[in-house]
Amino acid sequence: MDNKQSRNPEFSNNDNCTCECNDLDAILAKYNNDPTRLMDILIDVQMQCGCVSEKAVKVIAKAINYSSVDVVQTLSFYHFFSQTPTGKYTVYLNDSVVAEMMGRDEIAKTFEEEAGCKFGSVSEDGRIGLFNTSCIGMNDQEPSAIINQRVFTKLTTEKVKKIVRGMKNDYDTEDLIGTEVQSNILKQGPILTKDSNLGEAIKKAVTMSPEDVIEEIKQSNLRGRGGAGFPTAMKWRFCRNAEGEKHYVFCNADEGEPGTFKDRVILTDRPQLLFAGMTIAGYAIGSDEGILYLRYEYKYMEKFLEEVLSKLREEGLLGKDVAGEKGFNFDIRIQFGGGAYICGEESALLESAEGKRGEPRDRPPFPVVKGYLQQPTAVNNVETLCAVAKIMHKGAKWYRSLGTLESTGSKLISVSGDCEKPGVYEVEWGFTVNDILELVGAKNVQAVQVGGPSGNCIASNEFNRKLAYEDLSTGGSLIVIGNERDLLKDIVLNFTEFFIEESCGSCVPCRAMTVQYKNKLEKIIRGNGVADDIDQMLQWENVMKSNRCGLGHTAANPIISTIKNFRELYDAKINEDTDFVSEFDLEAAVAESCKTAGRVPNLGGE
Amino acid sequence: MSKPIVATTSLAGCFGCHMSLLDIDERILDLIELVEFNKSPIDDIKTFTKQCDIGIIEGGCCNSENVHVLKEFRKNCKILISVGECAIMGGLPAMRNNNASISECLEEAYLNCVSVQANDEKIIPNDEELPMILDRVYPCHEIVKIDYFLPGCAPRADLIWNALVALVTGNEMDLPYEVVKFD
Amino acid sequence: MSKILININGKDYSAEPGKMVLDIAKENGIYIPTLCHYEGIKPQGSCRICTCKIDGRNMTACTTPASHRMVVETNTEELEKIRSTIVELLFAEGNHFCPACERSGNCELQALAYRYKMMVPQFPYIFPSKDLDAENPKILIDHNRCILCKRCIRRKKEPDNPSWFVFKGRGHTTQINVDHELIDKEFNDELAQKAMDTCPVGAIIRKEKGFDVPIGERKYDKNPIGSDIEKGVTL
Repeated sequence: MDNKQSRNPEFSNNDNCTCECNDLDAILAKYNNDPTRLMDILIDVQMQCGCVSEKAVKVIAKAINYSSVDVVQTLSFYHFFSQTPTGKYTVYLNDSVVAEMMGRDEIAKTFEEEAGCKFGSVSEDGRIGLFNTSCIGMNDQEPSAIINQRVFTKLTTEKVKKIVRGMKNDYDTEDLIGTEVQSNILKQGPILTKDSNLGEAIKKAVTMSPEDVIEEIKQSNLRGRGGAGFPTAMKWRFCRNAEGEKHYVFCNADEGEPGTFKDRVILTDRPQLLFAGMTIAGYAIGSDEGILYLRYEYKYMEKFLEEVLSKLREEGLLGKDVAGEKGFNFDIRIQFGGGAYICGEESALLESAEGKRGEPRDRPPFPVVKGYLQQPTAVNNVETLCAVAKIMHKGAKWYRSLGTLESTGSKLISVSGDCEKPGVYEVEWGFTVNDILELVGAKNVQAVQVGGPSGNCIASNEFNRKLAYEDLSTGGSLIVIGNERDLLKDIVLNFTEFFIEESCGSCVPCRAMTVQYKNKLEKIIRGNGVADDIDQMLQWENVMKSNRCGLGHTAANPIISTIKNFRELYDAKINEDTDFVSEFDLEAAVAESCKTAGRVPNLGGE
Repeated sequence: MSKPIVATTSLAGCFGCHMSLLDIDERILDLIELVEFNKSPIDDIKTFTKQCDIGIIEGGCCNSENVHVLKEFRKNCKILISVGECAIMGGLPAMRNNNASISECLEEAYLNCVSVQANDEKIIPNDEELPMILDRVYPCHEIVKIDYFLPGCAPRADLIWNALVALVTGNEMDLPYEVVKFD
Repeated sequence: MSKILININGKDYSAEPGKMVLDIAKENGIYIPTLCHYEGIKPQGSCRICTCKIDGRNMTACTTPASHRMVVETNTEELEKIRSTIVELLFAEGNHFCPACERSGNCELQALAYRYKMMVPQFPYIFPSKDLDAENPKILIDHNRCILCKRCIRRKKEPDNPSWFVFKGRGHTTQINVDHELIDKEFNDELAQKAMDTCPVGAIIRKEKGFDVPIGERKYDKNPIGSDIEKGVTL
């Protein structure tokens, strides 16, 4: 079964869309024919028609004064948009590492058998489409899939059979099966504990001057939780001081790092906290518009989040004169992505929010100076903004008392993989990897992937390291890898393929070197590597560091960190007695031509 | 001291690289002073009669015979040089690599092409004696270890000359800008 | 505006603030190799060839504005290694059959390979399956040769004009996509020539043109790319 081959439906120029695509006017009108809202237009069309056909592309292009190819260039960038029909029911089955660990292959096979089509294609009657997708933020309940924006978790072959039967008989997907996304909050800390009156936090902020709010955040020593760890107060100050017609607050909820799902839990269990944080950020930088950039995989939350926002408006905590503060108007809208890991990079996120391909921008200028629509923009992580709300309510001093000197406060960690209790754990900074392994019930651990594929794969000799900016920095995930796993084949190769899939394609080293890395790794896994292959892969890292963005810088990390920490696994597969191994296989190479010519291959004498 | 021994061959090439080797003009007299030729189309020695020092390979591998000859060269030569674009990257024959499968190529050539005539029996050559065609054209260094690469189509005579003399005399290769070209 | 001081390879130069490092270097006879950069088009920094050590960090010279007391290294061994590796990556990634290419001798990618004395890329050739698009009467697009520099995309009549060329897909399957309807309507010989000139390689070819300069007299036959900047040679 080779269902890794095709993830995206083929983009073709044939207009074989079966729907009429007639009713696009309403969608276009909803967004005022605004090209910067192209993402929303494409999402609505994709959801209404099941694809964005050639005809639809033309209609959209005309309305927003683009050429057709301008529309296609955005459309073709995102995983969940398609120019050809993806089926009345479209199954996106996660193919990330942990999904594989939890038996994804069996599930995929069952889907194919029951639906009667292979992954990467649509059933003949156009009813069911099967596609692979990168991590959907459900690592604590794999294998899981998204079907028509709804998430189905902990899939078993029995469940899959029921689901496919349901799709074949047009049962409402709501009723297909009683799977629900579980929150799995297994340890609450300062952020997740429900001890704050959020209205109070906002009210307290607006009684202070914006400068004082920034100062309070500065005193807390809060740093960005997305991974890079930039001081939040500094970001806000730059943004506040930057000149522009309008300032924007963005919340980066494009949680795409495989293994990370803590933002998902905040969004469904503590959304008020997040929105309070955004409001306070808006007040601090002088903005009246906040935008939550939410990954398309979390589309299922839309209705719920909109309800939360409505309620906040009713309570006077969003909208005009927020929290009674005359002149402070602030509201929040949700901007969905279209399926692209790279949009978690802040400048790519802004490009995407403007309706473009999610390609990172050159810096300078930085988003705080020229961000969304070229206006000063503060982009903050979900967890950072939650911390802001807590700090406002309970004070910087309280926050500083938590964690370590350099890393104040707490961190939400998504734990998954080979452990008894996968889920979200909120721990103060300074916890060691061992502490967490104990909490989650992990035994016989071979390796821990800290911070997802772009992070670091560590061996047991480093399990005593602390999670902290000054030691093991992480965006918030641990994947536990048991002794029984084939680290190179099951983990490193999958991660490397992930980066190939998710590279935006702009920088040469990221686009092309990732492929060379994969080929070289596969050669070693096949037992055909030589010592020089390992040296080369180490040398290439320098070239990867010349890429524009974080994805490019870290795309070789799965290989580099395992060469550094698990060198013996590579050495065991290397041919020591030679410096050259050919992978040429005469029998395979002549098979097709001999068959076509109708002759028996003569392989003797070689 | 005996002279270094050189062997040459043209695999899936056009003999242009060999022509270029001969294009060193009167220096060919110096060359035969410097080296002795063994298996090569130049002296028409068909099989290796002794171990050689330098093997010059023109052309990539498009069939089983190319592979066989290349492996023989690796066995019988201390140093192998890929000379010309075809040996280095498949060259023009490799233009079939990126678009059509070998079955499409064969069917086009022997069955479907407008210039095909009198093949009523629809035969694609299949005699046992014929080399078997490979699925794609392979650069030589994908099949055996190659020590040096001299690009060009054909490589400039001066490039081949300079490189050969450097190898034979043990001097460092000093290849002027004008002679290293890919066309 | 008052001038600033910028240190390039150990020597101080006076420069206009905000001007790109690449341009300042060029004005002072220092060549920094480029591929996706094209005079007069907004720089974008995607080929990464012009990567320099700027204040200790790897940054692209074409997109980094100069600031006072900035320290730039343009030609360390490490940087040259990054550049030559990128050139090798591009040769392995596409299908670059130089002997059959109209642009050979005038090709910037090939010229960089010459400059870095590339005899063979260190990477195995991928031989990707790519198309040749000859639909338009004026130009031919050979995706085999395209290095995705976006120069053709970025060169529009006006910034807001609908695009002739765009990217399609992403990652290693990205390719240039052409709006044939628009090009059929708008392209004349002059625009076709401009499109061809904008392309650093032979991916955009004006039809009925090519091979019109004899071997030995082409742009990069005698002198390496950059020698115009470094040595004042006419290329």
